Amino acid sequence: MERNNIRRQVALMRQSLFTQGYLDEQFVQLEELQDDTNPNFVEEIATLYYRDSCRSLQTIEKSLEKTPHDFNKLDNHMHQFKGSSSSIGAKKVKAECQQFREYCRAGNGEGCMRTFQLLKKEHATLKKKLEAYFQMARQAGPIETASRPK
Amino acid sequence: MSAVRMGLNGDEKPHVLAVDDSVLDRKIIERLLTNSSCKVTTAEDAHGALELLGLADGQQNFSNTVSDVNMIITDYCMPGMTGYELLKKIKESPTAKEIPVVVVSSENIQTRIEKCLEEGAEEFLLKPLRQSDVKRLRCHLTKDGNPTDEGMLCVGR
Repeated sequence: MERNNIRRQVALMRQSLFTQGYLDEQFVQLEELQDDTNPNFVEEIATLYYRDSCRSLQTIEKSLEKTPHDFNKLDNHMHQFKGSSSSIGAKKVKAECQQFREYCRAGNGEGCMRTFQLLKKEHATLKKKLEAYFQMARQAGPIETASRPK
Repeated sequence: MSAVRMGLNGDEKPHVLAVDDSVLDRKIIERLLTNSSCKVTTAEDAHGALELLGLADGQQNFSNTVSDVNMIITDYCMPGMTGYELLKKIKESPTAKEIPVVVVSSENIQTRIEKCLEEGAEEFLLKPLRQSDVKRLRCHLTKDGNPTDEGMLCVGR
């Protein structure tokens, strides 16, 4: 059955997002908030995250262009961005945020800039993967996510 | 997971004021609270929260204030006034000081936690919040300090 096949693919896509470390437990928490009255909750959260975070990244990028670096300001911006990334369960993005903040605290501008590039890459990669996943999930119709003991 | 709906009488739903500068986190906390059968009002900063409570300095316009707030959940790190400063203002207010205030933060800093608890915060929770955290808070929400049937919502997590 075509639909079963799609559902299998969706499940595999979802599983790989976790096993490959793109997402963490927080994403599951969000999935658990999705139900018949809020059937697109996770996708809405993801959309909101990308809209919000694009702005944050632009702000940080502009800040990085100014020298000498205002590490305090950079750290504050990144704290916010890290928070959002954490709220959606973006594991790899969050790790880069943490690294960036450590470089800020060490006053290491080179480190910040390098990490920022990695961060943007992870951010973009996750976006593509989530978009593909949500699109597939919509085709499959409502699916059961892994049930967990409550 | 099913949220236990509290009857048809809107008055029975606890009213929670959630304060967070992140639009993402506001959306999530709102869902978490609604799932725990709470009525939710959100504010994007401490000043907005104070206005909703009718506590802002020099406030003249009270038409947008909310009534019967049973709990306030506030983020710690917010631009302008922090959650800690908001907590202090609430605890200094004769009208609002009895409202339980929960502070949430993405950073686990012991001195920060202690400071908030000393100032009268009910709890200090780490972000991101989970449904189990909110369900547990829901248990603390009683009208007269005694556990009621609402305690049922805490079972099973």
